[in-house]
Amino acid sequence: MTTITKDNIIDSLLSSVQPNGNSEAVQIIRDNGFPTNKHEEYKFTNITKRIENKIQAFQQAKPFYLTEEDVTNAIIKNLDADVLVFNNGQFSSELSRIGEGYSVSTIGSGESPFTIKDLYGDSYLALNNASFENGIYIQIPKNKVLDKPVLILNLVKANEGQLITPKIWIDCAENTEAVFIDQAVSQDEETYFLNGSVEIRTAANSHIHYYRVQIQNSEALEVNNLLTDIHRDSTFTSFLLSLEGDMIRNNVTLNLLDTGCEGNMYGLYLLGGKTHVDNHTNVDHTKPHCESNELYKGVLTDKSRGVFNGKIFVREDAQKTNAFQQNNNILLSDEATINTKPQLEIWADDVKCSHGCTTGQLDEEALFYLQARGIDKDQGKALLLYAFAGDVIEHVKIEAFKEYCIDLVQKKLGTNF
Amino acid sequence: MSKDNQILEEFTSKEYEHGWSVNYEADEAPIGLNEDIIRWISAKKDEPQWLLDWRLKAFRAWEKMTEPEWANVHYPNIDLQKLRYYSAPKQSKKAKNLDEVDPELLQIYERLGISLNEQKRLQGIAVDAVLDSVSVGTTFKETLGKLGIVFCSFSEAVHSHPELIKKYLGSVVPMTDNYYAALNSAVFSDGSFCYIPKGVRCPMELSTYFRINAANTGQFERTLIVADEGSYCSYLEGCTAPQRDENQLHAAVVEIYAAKDAEVKYSTVQNWYPGDKNGKGGIYNFVTKRGICAGDNSKISWTQVETGSAVTWKYPSCILKGDNSIGEFYSVAVTNNYQQADTGTKMIHIGKNTKSRIVSKGISAGHSQNSYRGQVQVMKRAHNARNFSQCDSLLMGSKCGAHTFPYIDIQNSTAKVEHEATTSKIGEDQLFYCNQRGIATEDAVALIVNGYAKEVLNQLPMEFAVEAQKLLALTLEGSVG
Repeated sequence: MTTITKDNIIDSLLSSVQPNGNSEAVQIIRDNGFPTNKHEEYKFTNITKRIENKIQAFQQAKPFYLTEEDVTNAIIKNLDADVLVFNNGQFSSELSRIGEGYSVSTIGSGESPFTIKDLYGDSYLALNNASFENGIYIQIPKNKVLDKPVLILNLVKANEGQLITPKIWIDCAENTEAVFIDQAVSQDEETYFLNGSVEIRTAANSHIHYYRVQIQNSEALEVNNLLTDIHRDSTFTSFLLSLEGDMIRNNVTLNLLDTGCEGNMYGLYLLGGKTHVDNHTNVDHTKPHCESNELYKGVLTDKSRGVFNGKIFVREDAQKTNAFQQNNNILLSDEATINTKPQLEIWADDVKCSHGCTTGQLDEEALFYLQARGIDKDQGKALLLYAFAGDVIEHVKIEAFKEYCIDLVQKKLGTNF
Repeated sequence: MSKDNQILEEFTSKEYEHGWSVNYEADEAPIGLNEDIIRWISAKKDEPQWLLDWRLKAFRAWEKMTEPEWANVHYPNIDLQKLRYYSAPKQSKKAKNLDEVDPELLQIYERLGISLNEQKRLQGIAVDAVLDSVSVGTTFKETLGKLGIVFCSFSEAVHSHPELIKKYLGSVVPMTDNYYAALNSAVFSDGSFCYIPKGVRCPMELSTYFRINAANTGQFERTLIVADEGSYCSYLEGCTAPQRDENQLHAAVVEIYAAKDAEVKYSTVQNWYPGDKNGKGGIYNFVTKRGICAGDNSKISWTQVETGSAVTWKYPSCILKGDNSIGEFYSVAVTNNYQQADTGTKMIHIGKNTKSRIVSKGISAGHSQNSYRGQVQVMKRAHNARNFSQCDSLLMGSKCGAHTFPYIDIQNSTAKVEHEATTSKIGEDQLFYCNQRGIATEDAVALIVNGYAKEVLNQLPMEFAVEAQKLLALTLEGSVG
């Protein structure tokens, strides 16, 4: 067993997984290498280095023994949802509770129902494509509105150094509506590397929500790619809540490919300890009359680090675009760091685009106001922070899931901050 | 629409008014770049050994560096071996004062509207004029001398004030800072040097005027401003170049050192030849400008109006090291035709209670690309740092682009940092409102653009503000989309 270093990481990652025959993806990795802090896109998040340091040798994670009860216990309380279970990154149809009105098929190695182009040739996305084993392909037929949300439950029990590679395609035909909730639940405190990807494609007039909660163990390394193509008059909303982990990278790419599209991206990160969370978002406006909204907020304490990079592209044809982006951060300790880069790239003239970005601390006067009224300092702080964070959670439309998020956030603010 | 097209046509065919060149006899270095050329330049300028060593050290470091590619600009590779690194107007002997300077040279500046003689009498601005590679004349030297202010060409300062040069040269922009700064350190030919002694408030605006005349010549000047404790000065810089088909290179370095309680205000109106309407020719403007607020309560303020150059790559920055120091950056960048500009600033907060303010206004027309790239960094010990950044873009026409790349890196919980950016075009309703009141569309555009840029133009000294407003109106004349 050799240790992983800068020089052999490509070979050791590729040889530890069973390549599934996707030679194109392997080529991307060989050409681009795994990104280090020399790469602009990974400048503040040197996850490759972290992998080298934390993991001695990779192996592809295998499914472990799971019972119905384990699944039931892992489901969010009071959430009435269909459940798709991933066992260590591989789909398990026996444990899943698939509902009516849509189909779920297993995609074996090397197949691909469709591909959404990613802008930069991300090597981790390529690694996902080159190494996933049992992915799923969800199809929602025309005119179907799913009345229950679909919970994608990623149960993880990895021995040290395991590579977990969930892979999901979602294909929505015309006039559909659906909500997906994606959650990884870790059974122990071991280090693992979760390298997932979700690709979503919608036809005209579809309205899709995708939510993700990251509360896995504090040793987890994670790269997640969410890629979405949406077409005429469709809307897409993503919401990402990050609370726990060692180093987490979220790439969200949203391509608005026809007129009348609306894209919303929301994110909230409350970080303590040494957690490092990096949110990279891309919105590509290619056609006229589209709108995008983006709101990411973060509270950082201890030695945590937050990174935000929001790109908005407005192509030449995309006249009458409205694009808004906002990133607000609160730093609670001098050892916490935030690196933010809101980026606008605009080639069309008749557009309204703006971004705003702030970093600050809690308002002393507001805190004093609460203290003067008999609320102790810690409680007051939690209250103010909750008000700050609540803004983002407001955008979740499934009530039980919203309650769950509020509960998580309040717990986190009550203890760690 | 046809009228708009007509106006656009008129505008895009407008020629660069400073595009003439003058044939004067020049003293030139052979084409190419190697250690011998550097020795040649150094010998030509009769420099002491330590400066030659410094140049050679920079050159050796430069040889190991590669050209940066991260900027959002595209241009063909520059063959640095095909450039001439020294070109000086021939003079029989060094001029003592302006009366002795070759009248032909003075005429060049008169054509530019920088009449060295007249300014001496009327405007009360001290000018150091730099033609191609060397400084041709400095006005008001004596008046300033009485106050102890040193304002002269760089090569003169090397001889008259070697201790100051030795102490401050490369202290803000190290020779190995970046590719073009290293190149400049190796081959810089002249520039301006300015020293304001303790407690002196410079009574007049100091000004440098740069002009590239010779073909295939790179201009590499170096400006060093040192403001000692409690002093104040305001510095202006202007630039033009003749119209040539080839691209010319301008890679300057500006260093500002502000000691305790000192304040320096640096204003630039950059109007290098931007190339013709098809994007042919023009100046490559790759400039490193940086100031350090070394002492407590010091202040450095950059104001720039960028209208020229084919490709601009320029980030005037402030290192806020002293406690309570202040850095400011005000910029209007206008690009038209095929111009590309990647400009912005860096504010590095190191001291306590440091404040910075960034106001950047980009205007793009034609096929141009205009980028703002900035960084606000608050270090661990910079308690109560405060930053406000605003970068707005105005787009005219559907072929141009506006981009913003702000980096905000905060490591202190007491920092208050705000950044906002907007992109928009001139609203039809705004134009209609003006039309309704009898203001022609073109005047309305000038009015709106001037209002848009007012916040920055207000920061310019009087004399420059007028020029800048005129430039702005000229550059954007009729570009109604």
